[in-house]
Formats: sequence, C-alpha cells, structure tokens
Amino acid sequence: MCENCGCGQPDDGITMKKPGHENHDYHEHTHTHIDSDGHEYAHAHEDGHSHEHEHGHSKEILIGQDIMFKNNMLAERNRGYFDAKKIFALNLVSSPGSGKTSLLEKTITDMKNMVTFFVIEGDQQTMNDANRIDATGVPVIQINTGNACHLDAGMIAKAVKMLEVSDSAVLFIENVGNLVCPSLFDLGEAKRVVVISVTEGEDKPIKYPNMFASSDLCIINKTDLLPYVDFSIPKTKEYALRVNHHLEFIELSVKTGEGMDKWYEWIKVKSEE
Amino acid sequence: MHELSIAQNIIEIVEENARIHKLSSVSEVDIELGTMSGVVPEVLEFSLKIAVKDTLLEKARICFQIIQAVARCNKCLKEFIPEDIYTQCPYCEGVYFDIIRGRELQVKSIKVDEF
Repeated sequence: MCENCGCGQPDDGITMKKPGHENHDYHEHTHTHIDSDGHEYAHAHEDGHSHEHEHGHSKEILIGQDIMFKNNMLAERNRGYFDAKKIFALNLVSSPGSGKTSLLEKTITDMKNMVTFFVIEGDQQTMNDANRIDATGVPVIQINTGNACHLDAGMIAKAVKMLEVSDSAVLFIENVGNLVCPSLFDLGEAKRVVVISVTEGEDKPIKYPNMFASSDLCIINKTDLLPYVDFSIPKTKEYALRVNHHLEFIELSVKTGEGMDKWYEWIKVKSEE
Repeated sequence: MHELSIAQNIIEIVEENARIHKLSSVSEVDIELGTMSGVVPEVLEFSLKIAVKDTLLEKARICFQIIQAVARCNKCLKEFIPEDIYTQCPYCEGVYFDIIRGRELQVKSIKVDEF
C-alpha cells in the first residue's frame, strides 16, 4: 500500500519533489492512472477514422490511432506553452555516467548571471541529482520514475507547473540515464542533446541508433581523458552521421572547461532562433 | 522497458473506442508495427499479456502487422530496404538516407465477435 495516500498503488509510483520538500510530494501513480485529474485529450475518432465493417460473425472497427498519440499530443501542448512563454527547453539524454549532471552544474554556475535557469531531473530513485543542482541556487524538481525507464510529456507538463518556470528562461530536462527508451518519448523540447563520453566506446551511435537519430546535438564529453582511452572522435562522428546526417557536434571537457564556450554559444544562438 | 507503457497506451486506445461503440468485449486487436518503430514485437506481446489482465482486452487475440522499413537514398533518390540504420544504398553506396516507411506504431483496428 502506498504510504503517502493509502491508495492501493505500490510505493514505486512516480513522484515529483523539490529539494527540501520530501514530505510534501506531488504523488503520481502508474501510467494507467495518469488521467485521474481529468486531463483532456482528443477522442480517437475525432477525424472520423473509426468506422464499422460487418464481416460475417465478427465486426471490425477501424481505428488507425497512433499509439504514441497521447504522449505526442501532450508534447505538442508543452511545445506550444514553451513557445508562448519563450522558454528554451532542452532534453538531455545519455547512458548513465556520461556527465550530464556535471555538465549542467558547470553550465549553470558559469551562466547564471546572464541566464535564468530551471531544471527538471529524472531518475528512477533518489534526490541526488536535484540536490546537486539545488546547490547551484537554481529552481529544480526531481522526478523519480520508480520502475519506469524514461520521462514522458505528461510528467514534464506537471513538473513545469510545479516549478513555475518563468518567461524567457532556459529549461534543462535531464532525462533518465538510458540510451534506449527515452528516444521514443517527445517531451516538447526545442532541442534534444545526446551526451556521450570518451570512456564509452566510439560505436555507441550505431549500437543505439534511435537515440542519435532523434537528437539535434551530440556532446562528446571528458575529452581530457582522450590520452588514456582508445577513442577516435572522427570515427564516432562518422558513425553518428550515418544514423543522423543532421547531427551537430561539440567536444568538451566539463572537468577542465575546454570547449565549454562552444556549448554556451550554442545555447545562446539556438535559444534566440 | 518502454514496451509496458506502450502496452498500456494500446489498452487505453482500445477501451476508449470500445466505450464509444458500446462494446462489452473485444475479440481481436490489430496493431501495425514498423520494423524501425523502436518497439520489439515479442517484448510488446509479452507486455500486453501482463497488462491486459482485468481489462476489456483480456481474452482478445493480439495480431501484429509488421511493416517493413523502406529507405530513400539522399544521393540517388532510389528506395531500398535497409538492413539496419547503419547501411549503404545498394545502388550507389551512398551512406545518407531517410526512412520513409517503417516507423509506424498504431492500433489499426479491433474486432468484436457477434453471435
């Protein structure tokens, strides 16, 4: 039984918390309950797709509904909201351990005097990443997905409302560390950034093609470790371009600061597009 | 494993349509699945078996219509079947192409037995 509200759901439902508010969390449950707040969405047959055919002893009803329709519709709603409020939303994806949180800590520390930042953190468990961002002084929410392996547009819509993201801000969404599932879930972001580190193996892009195919920018992190690993940046770029020839690249080291200026410039330019 | 969320989405779509057509049971659900949709049919089938318990779809047959991916070469504009996302055009050996079919993921139709 859920110990927060006594409902029949297990404790591994989705939760959203601000650092320091562990006892006052917004409690969300599994996907099948996500509409209990009366969240509206279009009926499946709104364009007249659903109609009936008689076939002897069984009747066929044509539906033609995209399975990802609900998430995609919520994502477009998020996108519209961000456009109206001039919020520049970035969805950061990667394997666990590529350095996403460190990248955000350093970016925020260096740019917070010029830019207003808000952050949404996604992990299965713990407030660890949100606490790290909290230490930089910017507003952050931690989504704990429990057993789920990705963030979706519905979670982002709720988190954005809880955060009260202000106009013209940059919103970083750090997705659950996972190079597979998040690729299917549009969150309504302006750009998707895939982060890979030089300790991971240069063939990552072809082993996990969907993630690289759906991203706009690829950050190659930990370049300071290049002398100690067998990693060819040109080879990685070649593999990545094969799965997505529109991909842009930035090589950097969060640890030494090398290349970070290119990332900051990219944020500045893209947020004004 | 995201196939479980996808299974739940399928159930929601079918139940919504069943409500609209006032159906009390569903005998078959036909799903269109592209080979490059990012969803593995066997995993989805397994996830559905678990997720349909106590729903309108509990006794329904789940049928997958697999849609083969088709790519169009950016260089010679010919269409071909890509072996995977890291492949070459068999006509001109170009390495850049667009997937024009094969990412489908939709509930095509449902069937109801009539007596």
